Amino acid sequence: MDVRKDSERTSIKNRTTVERKSDREVVVTRTFHAPAHIVFEAWTTPELFKQWWVPKSMGMILRSCEMDVRVGGRYRLEFEPDAMAFFGTYLEVTPHSRLVWTNDEGGEGGSVTTVTFEEKDGKTLLVLHELHPSKEALDAAGTGAADALVETFEQLDELLVTLDASVGRP
Amino acid sequence: MVQFSGARLDASFAALSDATRRGILERLGIADASITDLAEKFHMTLTGMKKHVGVLEQAGLVTTEKVGRVRTCKLGLRRLEEEAAWIERYRQLWDARFDELDKVVEELKQKENVDGRKKRQ
Repeated sequence: MDVRKDSERTSIKNRTTVERKSDREVVVTRTFHAPAHIVFEAWTTPELFKQWWVPKSMGMILRSCEMDVRVGGRYRLEFEPDAMAFFGTYLEVTPHSRLVWTNDEGGEGGSVTTVTFEEKDGKTLLVLHELHPSKEALDAAGTGAADALVETFEQLDELLVTLDASVGRP
Repeated sequence: MVQFSGARLDASFAALSDATRRGILERLGIADASITDLAEKFHMTLTGMKKHVGVLEQAGLVTTEKVGRVRTCKLGLRRLEEEAAWIERYRQLWDARFDELDKVVEELKQKENVDGRKKRQ
């Protein structure tokens, strides 16, 4: 990759970091330029959540999204085209600062996700922690989820922009 | 950007702090070897060599595979590369997701600013 281009992108974009804390744990962080209550709202309001959870490059559509955001409440996400579903239960709900939920689609003893929202100077540091039942489960989760993110979609997007720009030219 | 956990780096440096273990890595850089080969080469007992290989394995610097009664050791650099690739793929997923979240958050923020102004007026 072009180094200059990469550093330019870093200066514009907020950084997402990923760290494998142990064989069973992975931690993702990112800072958002908004107070915690706004970021929290985007995680806990189905209409808002639907707008960002499945980026276009994943090549999937989040068909439905139900969230009963309270301790013991359940959530369910259903995808198109393959009718895949993610579901589980909220274990902890602390407004504007902490969410913990189970991921039960893989059966009993699935992974547990903890998200914390830490506000400082009007910005929010978001820390997402996933604890998986085994190293194999974490390996598979990362590979499976990320495989869905097909790079060719990005390339196709670029191609379409190029095509669009050239259409109508003499 | 790849980030390795502090714990793993500690394990790597601890593993590399021993001259014998550095020697084992050099030896495995030339060719894979069994624990028995390594023990002979470094004039050690099998138990002693197993301990050293265990430390290297924990740090991800060496991988071992048992075929029949022989445990073969090889450099684990590939495992580190695989881990780096795994992390990068995972990061890309979350990065794409959070870019979208950024847009939603930005909209909410602007909406709140407008509403706030209306209330004050």
